[in-house]
Amino acid sequence: MSESPNESTMGGSAHRPDATVGTAVSAVFSSDVRTKAKQIIARYPVAQSALLPLLHLVQSVEGYVSQAGIEFCAEQLDLSKAEVSAVATFYTMYKRRPCGEHLVSVCTNTLCAALGGEKIYRTLAEHLGGEERPLGHEETAGEPGTPGSVTLEHVECLAACDFAPVLQVNYEFFDKQTPESAVELVKALQRGERPNPTRGAPLTDFKQVGLQLAGFFGGRESDVDGPSASPETLRGAWLAQEQGWTAPAMPDDAPLPDVPEKK
Amino acid sequence: MNATNGADGRDARVGPVTPVLTKRWMSPRSWTLKTYEQLEGYTALRKALRAHPDQLIQLVKDSGLRGRGGAGFPAGMKWGFIPQNDGKPHYLVINADEGEPGTCKDVPLMMADPHSLVEGVIITAYAIRSHYAAIYVRGEALHCIRRVHAAVQEAYRAGYLGKDILGSGFDLDVVVHAGAGAYICGEETALLDSLEGKRGQPRLKPPFPATAGLYSAPTVVNNVETIASVPYIVNGGSGWFRTMGTEKSPGPKIYSITGHVERPGQYEAPLGITLRELLKLAGGMKDNIPLKFWTPGGSSTPLLTAEHLDVPLDFEGAAEAGSMLGTTAIQVFNETVSVPWAVMKWTEFYEHESCGKCTPCREGTFWLAQVLQRMLRGEGTPEDVETLLDVCDNILGRSFCALGDGATSPITSAIKYFRHEFLELCEKNQPALAGAQS
Repeated sequence: MSESPNESTMGGSAHRPDATVGTAVSAVFSSDVRTKAKQIIARYPVAQSALLPLLHLVQSVEGYVSQAGIEFCAEQLDLSKAEVSAVATFYTMYKRRPCGEHLVSVCTNTLCAALGGEKIYRTLAEHLGGEERPLGHEETAGEPGTPGSVTLEHVECLAACDFAPVLQVNYEFFDKQTPESAVELVKALQRGERPNPTRGAPLTDFKQVGLQLAGFFGGRESDVDGPSASPETLRGAWLAQEQGWTAPAMPDDAPLPDVPEKK
Repeated sequence: MNATNGADGRDARVGPVTPVLTKRWMSPRSWTLKTYEQLEGYTALRKALRAHPDQLIQLVKDSGLRGRGGAGFPAGMKWGFIPQNDGKPHYLVINADEGEPGTCKDVPLMMADPHSLVEGVIITAYAIRSHYAAIYVRGEALHCIRRVHAAVQEAYRAGYLGKDILGSGFDLDVVVHAGAGAYICGEETALLDSLEGKRGQPRLKPPFPATAGLYSAPTVVNNVETIASVPYIVNGGSGWFRTMGTEKSPGPKIYSITGHVERPGQYEAPLGITLRELLKLAGGMKDNIPLKFWTPGGSSTPLLTAEHLDVPLDFEGAAEAGSMLGTTAIQVFNETVSVPWAVMKWTEFYEHESCGKCTPCREGTFWLAQVLQRMLRGEGTPEDVETLLDVCDNILGRSFCALGDGATSPITSAIKYFRHEFLELCEKNQPALAGAQS
């Protein structure tokens, strides 16, 4: 668990030696990342619980979960690389190829799709890849990681059906989209602009978001005040206020039941 | 609420919309501790910490609060299953992995009023004698993660979390844990495996989490809305809670009405409200195009039709109508939408999200999707309808967890009410219109 000077002793490396990975781990992940890894592990009663946030952390460094990232997590948690790979490949948010500066996720589940989500996805795929060869799921337009590069994916229900059809950029919500608005948004991203989401914090990039998913919000405290309550969220509450409707009033000092007899 | 303070409990202004969980949502910066405290925040915690933990379990039992995550299990009973004085650590885990298609109630709750969740967590942990709680938030819900994380930090600074909370001698740590994209982690035992740093796959039950949950220790897993309801029950009492809803399904509930309606959104109402009433609140069907089908609580709850406008949307009412209340995610579809198309889209979802652990679900959802895609391509035959039902029969009740069962719900209910549409698709042998574009 302590900082290992040489990865050759780590679990899993008894198999085919991979010299490039061995050197990559220490080169890729700085001491700051190692410190953060330790902080993540300290949050949990059992170290392995730190694996999901650790994978978010390595993704924040490289823009995807690389073999080096897997080895780093294995080393931190004293797991085999196979154990870490098994987890990393199970979850859709861990990307196995380098992502663009931005990740654009379009909901194509039934309700969004019925309201235009599929058309939005197809339009973006054609915009980013051309009509001849529309961009595929989890493919990137532009050199991954460079400014203006965009990875496109279709995703399942994003829990925003009242704002359908929706998409996310780096997991911030852009609500009530049309094919036209979505293309404008992606064009802006490609130009290096960062339009504000409907709900969420001002855009950063895909890597920065990994750090937040790993639980590090330092220096980003104002993000919390990014907008959230769109009209849809508040419709019931507004209607109640407008009509003067309330829940039944609570009694002033509601008693608690007695301590039940031991069964 | 005190402004209309009638001790008789039956206020004339009690409306079809009853803001309890949603009552702070319109307040400026409702997510901050300052706003929360100005609006009775953390008063329930003070009251709870003066009580015996067993009084709180009894209170929640008396209130009849049922789980808001879909299954509707009585929360107080779940808490009561935790063995006491067993010498083991106890854990509280909050299922904030909202992902059931159509469901969008916990995300706005966590964004608008994260402290109500945190206060509920502290009271619940005290009741079940837990000193460590995890809030497992869906990874894609980043703004919720931010808000809940900030609320937890504020609660620590205010002395509501950490050691010796408000001088009570009770200690509690809370971690906010981001998921990583897997619908199955909304299943409570898959969530626990995921929280342990593993692939999120369900566990065989029994043992139930109450005896062997997180790290094999007694664990309560509850949904966000369930736990956020707890402070109100502590302050208002079980009798007050029961003034809303029905005998077996008491209390207020956030109904999310979405799709082809004029004003989609969140409407908090007593359990038992009907779709007819909800549609009235939501301004009716969009552009007056008639209703064709709807889900009462997400895609895993069997479809209902215009015949079911007056079904009381509580746990019993939905079940009697042949569906389930689920998460009260009411997805409304009008006549322009092809039922087989909608069902194919949902089936592709279950195929994608099947965790692969058990054969009926892994293979079955794959075949269901293939058959439906074939039908939608115009290559289906009438026998495909029977094949679908046969595959569903081999999944339902034979899968490891409820995902498999849920996958069959849209198909069997759609064939029950709209068999002719599937048959027409096969007879015409031509591609169906995809979903309506508005």
